[in-house]
Amino acid sequence: MKIKQSIFSIILVVGLLILAGSCGQQGNKSGALGSNMAERAYVAPGEHDEFYAFISGGYSGQLSIYGLPSGRLFRVVPVFSVDAEKGYGFNEETKPLLNTSFGPVPWDDAHHPDLSQTNGKVDGRWCFINGNNTPRIARISLSSFETEEIIEIPNSAGNHSSSFVTENTEYVVAGTRFSVPVPQRDLPIDEYKGNFKGALTFLSVDQESGEMDLAFQVMMPGFNFDLAHPGRKKSHGWMFFSTYNTEEANSLLEVNASQNDKDYIAAINWKKAEELIANGEFETMESEYAHNIYDESTHMATTTMKKEVKVLDPSKYPGLVYFLPTPKSPHGCDVDPSGEYIIGSGKLAAALTAHSFTKMLDAIENEKFDGEAYGIPVLNYDDVVAGVVQGAGLGPLHTEFDAKGNAYTTFFISSEVVKWKLGTWEVLDRQPTYYSVGHLMIPGGNSQEPFGKYLVAMNKITKDRYLPTGPELAHSAQLYDISGDKMELILDFPTIGEPHYAAGAPADLIKPNQTKFYKLEENNHPYAAKSEKEARVERNGKEVHIYMTTIRSHFAPDNIEGIKVGDKVYFHVTNLEQDYDVPHGISMIGANTSELLIMPGQTETFIWEPKKEGVWPFYCTDFCSALHQEMQGYVRVSAPGADVPLKWTLDGE
Amino acid sequence: MKYLMNLTMILLSIVLIGSCTAPSGETSGETTEAAASHPMGQASVQDDESDANILQVAMSSEAHTTLVAGVQAAEIEHVLVNAGPLTVFAPTNEAFDALPEGTLDNLLKPENKNDLATIITRHAAPGSYNQEALKKEARKGRKLYMATGDYLEVVVNGDEITVGGAKVIGTIQTSNGVINVVDKVILPN
Repeated sequence: MKIKQSIFSIILVVGLLILAGSCGQQGNKSGALGSNMAERAYVAPGEHDEFYAFISGGYSGQLSIYGLPSGRLFRVVPVFSVDAEKGYGFNEETKPLLNTSFGPVPWDDAHHPDLSQTNGKVDGRWCFINGNNTPRIARISLSSFETEEIIEIPNSAGNHSSSFVTENTEYVVAGTRFSVPVPQRDLPIDEYKGNFKGALTFLSVDQESGEMDLAFQVMMPGFNFDLAHPGRKKSHGWMFFSTYNTEEANSLLEVNASQNDKDYIAAINWKKAEELIANGEFETMESEYAHNIYDESTHMATTTMKKEVKVLDPSKYPGLVYFLPTPKSPHGCDVDPSGEYIIGSGKLAAALTAHSFTKMLDAIENEKFDGEAYGIPVLNYDDVVAGVVQGAGLGPLHTEFDAKGNAYTTFFISSEVVKWKLGTWEVLDRQPTYYSVGHLMIPGGNSQEPFGKYLVAMNKITKDRYLPTGPELAHSAQLYDISGDKMELILDFPTIGEPHYAAGAPADLIKPNQTKFYKLEENNHPYAAKSEKEARVERNGKEVHIYMTTIRSHFAPDNIEGIKVGDKVYFHVTNLEQDYDVPHGISMIGANTSELLIMPGQTETFIWEPKKEGVWPFYCTDFCSALHQEMQGYVRVSAPGADVPLKWTLDGE
Repeated sequence: MKYLMNLTMILLSIVLIGSCTAPSGETSGETTEAAASHPMGQASVQDDESDANILQVAMSSEAHTTLVAGVQAAEIEHVLVNAGPLTVFAPTNEAFDALPEGTLDNLLKPENKNDLATIITRHAAPGSYNQEALKKEARKGRKLYMATGDYLEVVVNGDEITVGGAKVIGTIQTSNGVINVVDKVILPN
């Protein structure tokens, strides 16, 4: 008995020691509890995130908005694709935003969001994003979080090296990934060389309204233009584009476009281009492209078809473009916060290449050229290279920066983020990603002043990361805390579509400018009804216009008679609310379109073409109030020849 | 003795385990404080741009300081700020003063919080009823359904409207409903 008790005591003591020991150890280890990783990504209920993250929605065509460090998804802003939830592309007001020279295109492949800047710093005014498939650039207001403008890019195809913004938002660039015949024409495909061109488009931005205008195109040889970034500080005035397929292959590019030992980074002197344009030294080319603008006062978008572009042929204008040889089909083309280093990530190269802007200028000044390509001077690799990061990883793609002179590069093949030092080119740290990372984002990472606290890795492959949802999996993103010497993985979160790049900004920069509702007195929609007294129904032949209002918790009118089969019925619905966060929705049984979701003070329109006689209900789709379930109405539909008079009432009056 | 030792060990181990898994104390301070105060819900939302809601209008009215004190004592602020829509028949300070001596003081005592909440809630009807709408209710012979489940009669006499015996002496449209100022506290029959 005594022995048993002694043994029991010993076991307890040993157990205690183990417990105490493991407890102490956890504090030193990088386990989740030990280093408070969960706490670092935790935003307490009711608290706000420190950063906004604008993450490309990839093939959803949209822009998703997350908070960092929580990884919470706040909103998906519809941009290039219709969105029935918000009526985007379905209601009459937003349909024109999706117009192109090919007609309305209801989808695109959204790629690289970038934020407006002032003096090289993100300023929280607008977010730009490119549609890759049918080349377009969109501008999203960061006060209303609505797509305000979409401009089509002519002479372009696969609008990939886009939509990067210069230091004072002078320009947003859009470079073509696929070269095409310019002008487009019927041509045997194997006559590619010499006939196909690569257009690099510069869109100027009005600093007040944000409206874009196609300022000029630099018409480059028929290479593939992959990514771009603006010069900054000393290199402000230049734009750098990576190229691949300098072989000008038109088939089996995976082999034929990987033949050259080096492709180029194209350095475009856009200040020089501005001078040429100002001096009238350009060609005007006939073209056709849509320019769609949403007016926040009328709540309506309009399309203007444009007919001309100003084109610059770089072979005719010395000093406009130079080629910097860069190993093996460079993908990412990133410029560090000082503007000195231009990083080329050769997808197939064993090392990362950093070019020096100072050395580039020196080589240009001393005309140290290694021949030319299509009349464009090629600089000597050895004359412009600043350094090479050796043995960093396999399959480098993209690089972002912190404010301490470090760079962070993603490696697709070796599935990792690697931190290295600018200037010494030494590798400082590496962390795995889950799995096969593509883009990465550090808030402010494409500016003079990065906020080097968090890094978001956007992965291409998800595999076992989340609960499985069939063969289609949300792409995974990972959040790293990069405030210390070593990167620490603190959070996983799913994304929509396949995010290609993202942009981030401090919440305090954007939060104070929010539109909370639209003021009714500033509603200039031509079909607005600004009070219930203005609610009415008007017939014009077979066209019927219903001027309807919503307020908690009824429509006015809510009983309508005298509608006939074969009519085209316009529901123009004005939300009379002036209270933040009180939208109303409306949907009509059998309408061949989406609901409307109408923000306070806003007017939106949908069309209903009744096909059957009867009495058909409509209702509010957004749980607006305690009496939301009572918010409904009826439309009586009569036969085409019936003589039921047009009548509209609310509560029988 | 040995039992005592074992007991000590067990207690000690519980303490150790406890200290090992206890959450960090740093972040819990704020949370505890927030939980301790009564839940204001949407009443704590900062919004200076929207039109004022019923609570905001009432709080800015000098004629309704008693009502507001009652709402606060009953801790029902959040009822007056939600999407509603709600119509509040708001007795003036004079209306409360006219109650029998001691009634109000008694209701404001913490132990009578529920009674106070019921009395105030009887002054609220779901829906938006301005004077025009009230006249329509009277014309159509519809009674007002109040948030407590009571039905109040609306009587129109010329330009004068009374609800549950209280005269409407003014109407204010708010972002989440209507305030009808009344000259009496509406008490149960």
